Amino acid sequence: MSTIITHPKVAKAWVFKDASMAKQKEMMNRHYGRLADAPQTGEKVASTFVPGNLNELLMCFGFAVNLPEINAIQNGLRKTSGNFVMEAEKIGHSEDVCTYVKSDIGMMARGNIGPNGRRLPDPDVLLLSCTGCFTFMKWFELLRERYRCETIMFHTPYMADGKIAPDMVKYMVKQLEKDVIPKLERVSGVKFDIDRLREYLKKSARAEDDLVWVLQSAKATPSPIDAYFGGIYYIGPIFGAFRGTDDAIEYYKFLREEIEGRLAQGKGPVTPGGDMGKERYRLVVEGPPNYTNFRQFWKMFYEEGAVVVASSYTKVGGTYDFGFRHNPDKPLESLAEYCLNVYTNRSLPMRVDMLENYIGEYEADGLLINSIKSCNSFSAGQLLIMREVERRTGKPAAFIETDLVDPRYFSPANVKNRLESYFQMIEQKRARARAAG
Amino acid sequence: MDFRESWHMKTFIGIDLGSTTAKAVLLDENRTVIGRGITNSRSNYGTAARVAAGEARIDARFTLLRRSLAPAAGEAGAAGFLAALERAFRLEQFLEQLADLEETCLGQLKSERFAATAGALSEVLKAVFQRVREEAPELYAPGARRKPDFFRDIAGSRFHAHSEIAAKEAGVALDTLLDAYDKSIVEVENRPPSGDLSAKLKRAAARAAESEGDASHLPQDRIEDALGIELEETYLVGTGYGRATLPFSKEHIRSEILCHGLGAHMMYPRTRTVLDIGGQDTKGIQVDGNGIVENFQMNDRCAAGCGRYLGYIADEMNMGLHELGPLAMKSNRPARINSTCTVFAGAELRDRLSLGEKREDILAGLHRAIILRAISIVSRSGGVTNEFTFTGGVAKNDAAVRELRKLVEENYGGVTINIDPDSIYTGALGAAEFARRAAGA
Repeated sequence: MSTIITHPKVAKAWVFKDASMAKQKEMMNRHYGRLADAPQTGEKVASTFVPGNLNELLMCFGFAVNLPEINAIQNGLRKTSGNFVMEAEKIGHSEDVCTYVKSDIGMMARGNIGPNGRRLPDPDVLLLSCTGCFTFMKWFELLRERYRCETIMFHTPYMADGKIAPDMVKYMVKQLEKDVIPKLERVSGVKFDIDRLREYLKKSARAEDDLVWVLQSAKATPSPIDAYFGGIYYIGPIFGAFRGTDDAIEYYKFLREEIEGRLAQGKGPVTPGGDMGKERYRLVVEGPPNYTNFRQFWKMFYEEGAVVVASSYTKVGGTYDFGFRHNPDKPLESLAEYCLNVYTNRSLPMRVDMLENYIGEYEADGLLINSIKSCNSFSAGQLLIMREVERRTGKPAAFIETDLVDPRYFSPANVKNRLESYFQMIEQKRARARAAG
Repeated sequence: MDFRESWHMKTFIGIDLGSTTAKAVLLDENRTVIGRGITNSRSNYGTAARVAAGEARIDARFTLLRRSLAPAAGEAGAAGFLAALERAFRLEQFLEQLADLEETCLGQLKSERFAATAGALSEVLKAVFQRVREEAPELYAPGARRKPDFFRDIAGSRFHAHSEIAAKEAGVALDTLLDAYDKSIVEVENRPPSGDLSAKLKRAAARAAESEGDASHLPQDRIEDALGIELEETYLVGTGYGRATLPFSKEHIRSEILCHGLGAHMMYPRTRTVLDIGGQDTKGIQVDGNGIVENFQMNDRCAAGCGRYLGYIADEMNMGLHELGPLAMKSNRPARINSTCTVFAGAELRDRLSLGEKREDILAGLHRAIILRAISIVSRSGGVTNEFTFTGGVAKNDAAVRELRKLVEENYGGVTINIDPDSIYTGALGAAEFARRAAGA
């Protein structure tokens, strides 16, 4: 029998060689260093979430910003989240609870040692910018219980009707003026300066322009980027504590230059295994990636020549590709609009429209949904989304299930089986179309 | 096809490596199934694939023989001779592997720990194997039931039975004998059977002649022609679970979901929805009019509601897997089982038995539980569209089928439900067709 027994290859270490990656690594190290140093430097610390984060505003008061989801992701990538999740379960959090939450709670229970091996500081203020995820409020309730510090709730109206009504913005600006800003002033002891905010917002918009250019470069064939796995790195600075800084401007400048270079050379994305081979499948992906087996997960795509050309996940910390930019001329209004626009605050029909458009604009072969086991807010309705997008575009769709940072929920054989089935399904459909055409 | 003119035959082989069994199907150029083979998946997928493919080729040889003798079918004894030949061939295979097992078991005694007892043990082992050998022809007699049919199971159960008696008679420890067997069976199983087909066929023909009388009046030239045709392995496609470990190179692998979809389409061209319940996975698949997969869903990390669940229940109840369905069919009041979790179901089962509930009612409830879970997977893949084809090992279970019919009727109304007796080969059939297409046939 002509069988060939294949052996798994040993993964090569991924070398950070691009200027943008080196810059990002340095920024992240500095970020965690700043947080860990806060008790010594006397800097005040604010904890807040990625979707709807008011980074520019917090910077006006000199806060060092701690983002619990980013900590959970870093712990997932470093394979320490599993123990934290179990620690949280020991405390009494059930199996169904969001694993970002459990990773965070477990990390606190074990001394709050951050991804850089140093203790993360207790926050001076919890700023809950509530944008569509129902778990956020519960999460901050737990944090408030522990830290007993000032807790601010900034409420973003859900975009149930698919558009921003003027009243929504007014309502949010009023919250900022009457509640959020006064409390931040009180905690920080710094007087709010709107011109300082305008300066930061101007910087945000510059970085946002370059980010959008990078993400939209995936419209080219072959795509010079992977807008999901690579995209995770690309959104890092702007979704995190660097929006509004010169660092972010510089990072996106480097990144854009690199991608321009790849585009000019007709190159595909960079992957942990080096330059990607021939682009065979172009996908739009809905849902976050799995972080505990991130590279293994990615490999299942790039080994098959599958590149993600657009993803909704790279919009959870801000949706910029439909024209929104932070606007120094309307500072508070633009913070409100930013929050309203984030992907997590979009209704199901809006999500369907967005994914459908991506498939058309990025000339994708279909939609893949990675449904997160422990995400009760966003996994609901994903099958409906899939069917509707499939119906509208006529392109095949598929569904896989993993988790954010709980390693117990990543079943490689199952995921690989489904992915390969999906790729072959696309292939078969193409062959059929060729035969018919 | 005129066999006399064709000495060389292109064949396309599909292999489906399941968690429990490995299946192979051999197609000819006309898309006709000429052979099927099945074996237990054992610990070595490579061997399982080779054995299943080998079995399919043997089956194909018998198909060719049947075809070649078709014009002589009217002649006295043609059909009887073929059936006897096949039985005799299976017996030859069994005896060959049994001899290997005996030698391997005896080899175990050479280790130092048996130094003192090797002599006595070897005598007992030889006696046990002699008894198994003597009764083997009965196992392969006309009408004999051998379920399951794999060497491991048949040899294992007979070896155990005779060892108990022999150990007692000779005053040696039964555990030592069983230990020698356990260590040897894996080795023997993972050794592909010898490829000398014609010698085995010759011995089988001699045996068949003994039982069925002289076959010399049958057209010998046609028999020789059929045996002389070279079955060329033109292309092979493999599929199956645990795909990372499949012993095929990448271009020879197709997704099992696509293989099942295509296989079901080949069996029933009007199929639009396929449900496959295998040993450790359950799949709901939607296909178009050409057998191309449109959508699918499958179980995740958890194997609750799969074939293994029934296997576990059978063990718990100390019954054979094949006895579960018939007993459940006797129930008129299925119990409401709360758990599809395989582990919990064991506890629930014991609870209910201790409360005096009837075995058949509990079993019927368990069958309903796994079908409920399967229906949920099918629903998520897009529901049931006429016609609906049910495949996999569980499709052989009448009680499961009864529950499925009920639930489909309740949820989707009148739908044609297809169940092929060879549905266990659906994935392998699809794979074989992919092989045929890949070869450009």
